[in-house]
Amino acid sequence: MYPSSFDYHAAGSVQEALALLAQYGDDAKLLAGGHSLIPVMKLRFAAPAHLIDIGRIPALSAISDGGANVHVGATARHADVAASPIVRTRVPLLAEVTAHIGDPLIRNMGTIGGSIAHADPAADLPAAMLALGASLVLAGPSGTRTVAADDFFTDVFTTALQPGEMLTEVVVPVPGAGSGAAYEKLPDPASGYAIVGIAVQLQVRDGAIASVRVGMTGLGPMPMRLAGVESALAGTAASTAAIAAAAARAGDGLSFDDDVRGSAAYKLNIARVYVRRALVRAMAASAG
Amino acid sequence: MATTSEPGASLIGASVKRKEDQRFITGKGRYTDDVTLPGQTYAAFVRSPHANATINRIDASAALAMPGVHAVLTGADMQAAGVNPIPPGWLHPGIKIAEFRALAVGRVSHVGNAVAVVIAASPSIARDAADLVDVDYTDHPAVADAVAALAAGAPQVHPDAPGNVVFNWQLGDAAAVDAAMAGAKSVVRQHLVNQRLIANAIEPRASLANYDAAADELTLYVTSQNPHVHRLIMGAFVLGIPEHKFRVIAPDVGGGFGSKIFIYPEECVVAWASKTLGRPVKWTATRSESFLTDAHGRDHSTDVEMAFDDAGTIVALRVKTVANLGAYLTLFAPAVPTYLYGTLMSGQYNIPAIHVDVTAAYTNTTPVDAYRGAGRPEATYALERTMDVAARQLGLDPAELRRRNLIAPDAFPFQTAVALQYDSGNYEPALDKALALIDYPARRAEQAAGRAAGTHIGIGLSAYIEACGLAPSHIVGSLGAQAGLYESGVVRIHPTGKVTVLTGSHSHGQGHETTFAQIVAQELGCTIDDVEIVHGDTGRVPFGMGTYGSRSGAVGGAALFGSLQKVKDKGRRIAAHLLEAAPEDVDFAGGNFFVKGSPSRTKSFAEVSLAAYLAHNLPPDMEPGLEATTFFNPSNFVFPFGVHIAIVEVDTETGHVTLQRYLAVDDFGNVINPMIVDGQLHGGIAQGAAQALWEGAQYDSNGQLLTGSMMNYGLPKAAFLPMFETDRTVTPSPVNPLGVKGAGEAGTIASTAAVANAVLDALSPFGITHLDMPLTPARIWSAIHGSHGGN
Ligand SMILES: Cc1cc2nc3c(=O)[nH]c(=O)nc-3n(C[C@H](O)[C@H](O)[C@H](O)COP(=O)(O)OP(=O)(O)OC[C@H]3O[C@@H](n4cnc5c(N)ncnc54)[C@H](O)[C@@H]3O)c2cc1C
Repeated sequence: MYPSSFDYHAAGSVQEALALLAQYGDDAKLLAGGHSLIPVMKLRFAAPAHLIDIGRIPALSAISDGGANVHVGATARHADVAASPIVRTRVPLLAEVTAHIGDPLIRNMGTIGGSIAHADPAADLPAAMLALGASLVLAGPSGTRTVAADDFFTDVFTTALQPGEMLTEVVVPVPGAGSGAAYEKLPDPASGYAIVGIAVQLQVRDGAIASVRVGMTGLGPMPMRLAGVESALAGTAASTAAIAAAAARAGDGLSFDDDVRGSAAYKLNIARVYVRRALVRAMAASAG
Repeated sequence: MATTSEPGASLIGASVKRKEDQRFITGKGRYTDDVTLPGQTYAAFVRSPHANATINRIDASAALAMPGVHAVLTGADMQAAGVNPIPPGWLHPGIKIAEFRALAVGRVSHVGNAVAVVIAASPSIARDAADLVDVDYTDHPAVADAVAALAAGAPQVHPDAPGNVVFNWQLGDAAAVDAAMAGAKSVVRQHLVNQRLIANAIEPRASLANYDAAADELTLYVTSQNPHVHRLIMGAFVLGIPEHKFRVIAPDVGGGFGSKIFIYPEECVVAWASKTLGRPVKWTATRSESFLTDAHGRDHSTDVEMAFDDAGTIVALRVKTVANLGAYLTLFAPAVPTYLYGTLMSGQYNIPAIHVDVTAAYTNTTPVDAYRGAGRPEATYALERTMDVAARQLGLDPAELRRRNLIAPDAFPFQTAVALQYDSGNYEPALDKALALIDYPARRAEQAAGRAAGTHIGIGLSAYIEACGLAPSHIVGSLGAQAGLYESGVVRIHPTGKVTVLTGSHSHGQGHETTFAQIVAQELGCTIDDVEIVHGDTGRVPFGMGTYGSRSGAVGGAALFGSLQKVKDKGRRIAAHLLEAAPEDVDFAGGNFFVKGSPSRTKSFAEVSLAAYLAHNLPPDMEPGLEATTFFNPSNFVFPFGVHIAIVEVDTETGHVTLQRYLAVDDFGNVINPMIVDGQLHGGIAQGAAQALWEGAQYDSNGQLLTGSMMNYGLPKAAFLPMFETDRTVTPSPVNPLGVKGAGEAGTIASTAAVANAVLDALSPFGITHLDMPLTPARIWSAIHGSHGGN
């Protein structure tokens, strides 16, 4: 498999990457881990004339604990995120979700920023971003802005990133006491991507669900929160019955089609089952 | 083992580590794509995006204008140069052979059909230029499904095959079956789809041709399981190059599974283009091209009727199959759904009357040919799946129904109702052993308890037989094969006693460099490091039929064994001469010749080897040298058999299947290297289980392949599989001196039915009698919950 020919630029800094982006415009693509971009180029679905490699920018892959938030640099590799003691202890959902991506080869190359910017509707990390209520730091020609994950994924493979912008950092709020989280994924046997993936981050206070965020990947045009499930649960007593009632609303706001992966009825079913399973596990985790 | 002459020798039967693995796991294998020649150019193919279309015009001007492009060649150019279509290697009476040109002329018949080739200075220039070749097509309606292709009014794939029928083939006694069915207590009927599979060897197909004008010689490096067959067919039938001017080298080959047996368009084009351009030309498939152009496997639609008397004894079997052969007939295609399928329909059972009716159809899809097991997995699935359906219908335990119908041990050689004569077998011990190892009653009890508690375990059996060690040449010749299926083996002893073996078998994963060396080392009393195994080069190996049909040990190994006896015999006569003894008084053991009764009068094998080449003192009538050639032509197939048991758990909430346990009890006769045989089984079981659960090629009604990449074609992954449990019974084969049977395909042959039976056993409480494969969660869940679902 041979991609069309292209020029390669190794950016030494975010500034340099942004300058190259400005210079080459639509002819350029940022290259992070290359594990979504290069396959697409080999299949000749994309043929950028310039690749701007951001994988060598010092410190862009740093992971740090900022107290209220954990900061993960855009080029942090999946394997490093999944193994990071900071991530594992402070925002365990991110570690759990990241460990579900592909296989070790993929996790050794792919980056958190690349996965989020690529916004594959079946990728794992976007569901985690939504469940965690993460913010995404975007650097552009006119400075830096921060976009909530809720506003970032806008359509199929489409995000709030504007031409000339790059994602530099993921900011993940650290959940408070009584929190629990879980990720339940049904992988496609061929690709390993999610047929459905449900990420749940919730907090239980005095036996009631104080807050809950449910991120879904796989069953829609883009990763999205399951508002019906969240509103059914918020404020209710943390119970199996409440979970069952909430899971029944997993299909709210989604529309399912029959395709090679299964019938619409089947997809609605697995949405409900996986929401229930994720909620059960997150609830159990919140208890300790 | 009766055939080994040295007491105490133990290399045959030892799990010697594979000699070849050192180079493979350190990345030092040398595959076709690793070979680079001076002045090398690169080919890229222009392929049809349509399944059935007329080619109106090919405009290569933009491609030719690109710097670095040497040539753009079309089917018309090839035809004008006198290159012939690629012939099938097996014929049936009345077969309709559609012209299979390496580059299409006038018409394309499947998506991916090669239309033109670009030869350029680099692979990327070739690819860029190929995208610039402008082909004007008129698209016609296409047909991808074989049953649809045979229906009235279906789109016509080839003008000269009316109704898309390639052939109709029948075997057995139809009248006897009719009579037995009429008088039977019950008849079990089942429709079964054996879905199309794509082999996906890790190494994609590749070829590199180099025409040497000075010597008027063509050398072709190619990913082939049978380089001599490639040379014969490409040289004599397609390109018109005599054997002595054509060398075919199949270096390290990264998996084949049948898909690298056949003569493909690309290698014919590359060979011809090299001669035309006077430059080396290389082509390596992309994975997308592999999906579209490697011959696919299976693709049967079958109706089985099995009749029983009131004791649960099978009295008759009727099998009616439609086989999809795709757009063209590749080398083995006509044999796979016939002689490798219908002849296996008796399985391990004593079935007095069998009739098999196979209609093969052309469709606008990739050609279908042998894929690991080739016909025998399809036969085993049809028979063993039906046995489970029957057991449930008759209210019998599936193990018990099988037991009642096994061929008795004293019935061998056993003449089946479908032509084959089984040489040997003893089936009940394998069944007993498998049931004991899995603790069948305990598993059934667990299943019952689980069902009460809402968990759904399934237990699936598959009792298989296969005919392999292809094949007695006179038999296959009488059945339409265009060549015999013997094998050659040369043993060349060097003056120091070191050994070079030239074998016509070809290893592309099987481990011949180890197992064949074990045979040599045991027979000659040397170490396996004293032995070099050469294969895959028509310039070095006299002749060969290659590796497929689990034939290397039973046929290639037997040829090697024959040559070993010849060199030992000559060595004995030399030793006797040197020791001044009569040859019949000289024995050979542990690498030494010695006079019976006086072990101090001895000559080592190395001393004798040197004497053979020095020739100072040989028996008067003897030629110098120590080398022997044997062509072994088997008198019959070999018949491995066994019982495999799969245990699955079905999550009825999602339809997800977990393969919990897999046990294989096989009889491969004598085993040369148990570790390698286990490895062959493991890979085969993975592939067979994958057919049951994950794999399946799908076309849409326009003939577009929907599963053309690893994103949507479900190959098995290690994480999906349990640790396999293997055990064996040993019934040596009488048809070769090693007493071995084939072990390369058994895993695939047995496992699909075992896993499918297990899943359907798990689903029996839901009244589900059968589902077609792959048994995906969506399919299972929909069956449990009815088409509207919801829970
Ligand atoms: C075989 C295989 C299996 C996989 N399985 C899974 C799976 O199970 N689950 C899953 O979620 N993913 C899976 N992936 C995808 C993997 O996680 C990729 O690594 C990820 O999607 C992209 O990250 P990357 O760093 O490789 O990005 P790249 O491929 O380098 O880039 C992807 C896209 O994002 C853009 N981009 C990259 N970084 C930035 C940035 N900082 N700012 C703005 N734009 C940027 C690029 O320009 C490009 O358009 C799989 C990939 C492969 C090859």
